[in-house]
Amino acid sequence: MSASLAALYRRRWLLSRRMVQIFIVLAFLVDWPEIGRIANGNLSSSLWLGVLPLTDPFIALQSLLSGTMLAKTALIGTVLIAAFYFIFGGRIYCSWVCPINMVTDLAYWLRQKLNVKGNMTMPRELRMAVLGMSLVLTVLSGTLAWENFNPITLFQRELMWSSLAGGLVLLSLFLFDLLITRRGWCGHLCPVGAFYSVLGRYGRVRVTAKQSGSCAGCGACIKVCPEPHVLAPVVSLKANAVTHGDCTRCGACLDQCSSGAIAMKFDLGKSFHGIPIVSK
Amino acid sequence: MAEDRNNKPASTIEEPERRRMFKKVSRRLGAAVVGSIIGSALLRSRPAPAASVLRPPGALPEKDFQSACVRCGLCVEDCPFDILKLASWADPAPMGTPFFTAREEPCRMCYDIPCVAACPTGALDPLLTDIRKADMGLAVLVDHETCLNYKGMTCSICVRVCPIRGEAISLKPIQNELGVLQIPTVDSTKCTGCGTCEKHCVLAEAAIRVLPRELGQGLSGANPAGRTPVWGMKG
Repeated sequence: MSASLAALYRRRWLLSRRMVQIFIVLAFLVDWPEIGRIANGNLSSSLWLGVLPLTDPFIALQSLLSGTMLAKTALIGTVLIAAFYFIFGGRIYCSWVCPINMVTDLAYWLRQKLNVKGNMTMPRELRMAVLGMSLVLTVLSGTLAWENFNPITLFQRELMWSSLAGGLVLLSLFLFDLLITRRGWCGHLCPVGAFYSVLGRYGRVRVTAKQSGSCAGCGACIKVCPEPHVLAPVVSLKANAVTHGDCTRCGACLDQCSSGAIAMKFDLGKSFHGIPIVSK
Repeated sequence: MAEDRNNKPASTIEEPERRRMFKKVSRRLGAAVVGSIIGSALLRSRPAPAASVLRPPGALPEKDFQSACVRCGLCVEDCPFDILKLASWADPAPMGTPFFTAREEPCRMCYDIPCVAACPTGALDPLLTDIRKADMGLAVLVDHETCLNYKGMTCSICVRVCPIRGEAISLKPIQNELGVLQIPTVDSTKCTGCGTCEKHCVLAEAAIRVLPRELGQGLSGANPAGRTPVWGMKG
C-alpha cells in the first residue's frame, strides 16, 4: 500500500499534469449533467462557462499580421491568456494545456520501451525559424499560415469530427517523434512552443534549487528533462533557478529528484531580468 | 601604432570573425528565402474553397474572412441545427474554417443568428442583425434542361420552400415552343443564399444551386465593351 503511494508520489507532477490536460480535452468535448459544456470553441479561441473568453495570442498575432484587427471579445481573451503566461511562464502551455504533448509524450515513452536508437539531430533553434517563417508567410499570404497545419486544433477537431486525413497527420507526427527524432516535435519544431517561450521568457514560476549542498549530483533530473539545456546551469551550480524560457514547468525533474534539492517556486522578489544569482 | 595593428594577432582574427558572421547571416537569409518560397508554394497548393463551400451568415468577404477567422468553432457549436462544420485537412476549404454544404444541410436562417453572436473575432460581422440581409451566396438555376419547370411541369418546389417567401424566388412566365412555362426566377437582391432550394430540389443532382456570389452573378462593367480588366481580380 505504502509502496504504491510512494509510486504515486514519485509521479505526482506527471499525474497532475495529465489530469489537467485530460480535464481540458474533456471540457471541450463532454456535456456534463447539470452544467453542460464547460468550454466551447477550441484552444484557438474559447468561451468558458459561457462567460470567460480566452484566445490564443499566437493565433491573434497571426490574425493581426494577416491584416485584421480582432473584435473585442477575442482581444479580451488574448490579453487574459498573454498576461497569464507572461506572469507565470510561457511554456506552461506546452506541458499543462496542449493536447499534442500527450501524443508526443506517448511517442517518447514508447521510444524508451522499444529502445529506439535512431535519432536525427536537429538544432533546438529550428522552432524559432519555423515561428519566424509562419509569421512571414502569414504576412505574405494574408491567411493564418500556421493554422493550415496546426496539429493542436487539428487534434481537437479530430476528436469531434474524425477524418482519415486529419488522423494521418497526427499519426505522422507521432511516428516522427517515435522513430526519427527524440522529442522532435515539441522540442525542436513546434512554433507555438517557441512563441510561448518568448512570451513567457520572464515567467515567475521556476524550478529553484532549495539549498546548495543538498543535491546528490545523480543527474536524474537532467535525464528526464524534455529540454535538458535549461537545467544544466542549476545542476552545475552556476545558477539557483531555471531561468531559460524553454522550461515547460512539467515537473519531471521534481518527480525524479530523490534528494529534494529542487522545488517549483513562484518567486516575485528577486531579479526581474532573468539573471541567475550565483550561489556557491 | 600601425606596426602595432599589423602585429596584433587580434587583427588577424577579426577578419575571419567578420567573414564567419557574414557567412552565418547570409546562410540564414538564404534558408529564410528558400523557406518562404516553399512555404508559400505549400500554402498556395492547398485547394481554394470549392464553389459548394458556403460560409455562415455575416461572413466577411472570403479574403478578409480567412484572416479574421481564428478557426475556433464557436459558431459551429452554437448552430442549433448542426449544419456548420470546421474544415478538416481533406475538406475543400482552408483548414479549420467553418462552412456548410447547402445540398446536405441548408442554413435555417435563425432570426437571432446565434452563429454571428458566438463569433469572438468579428469574422462573422456582428453588424448583421437581420438574417434576411445575410449574403451567404446566390441561388442560381444552373440547369435549364433537367429542371422540371422547364419541361413544362409545375414542380416549383424551390419556390415553395424558399424562406424569403415569394420574394427571393418567384415564378415568371416565359413563352417557348412548349407553350407558357412557369420558371423559378431568383431575385439577387432578396436571396440570402441559405440553400433551402438546393436542398429540396427533387432531382438527383440539384438544378438550382447556391454559388458564392462572385461565381453566381455577373457584374456590369464600367467601360464601353462591358468589361473591366479582370486579370487577377478573382482571388
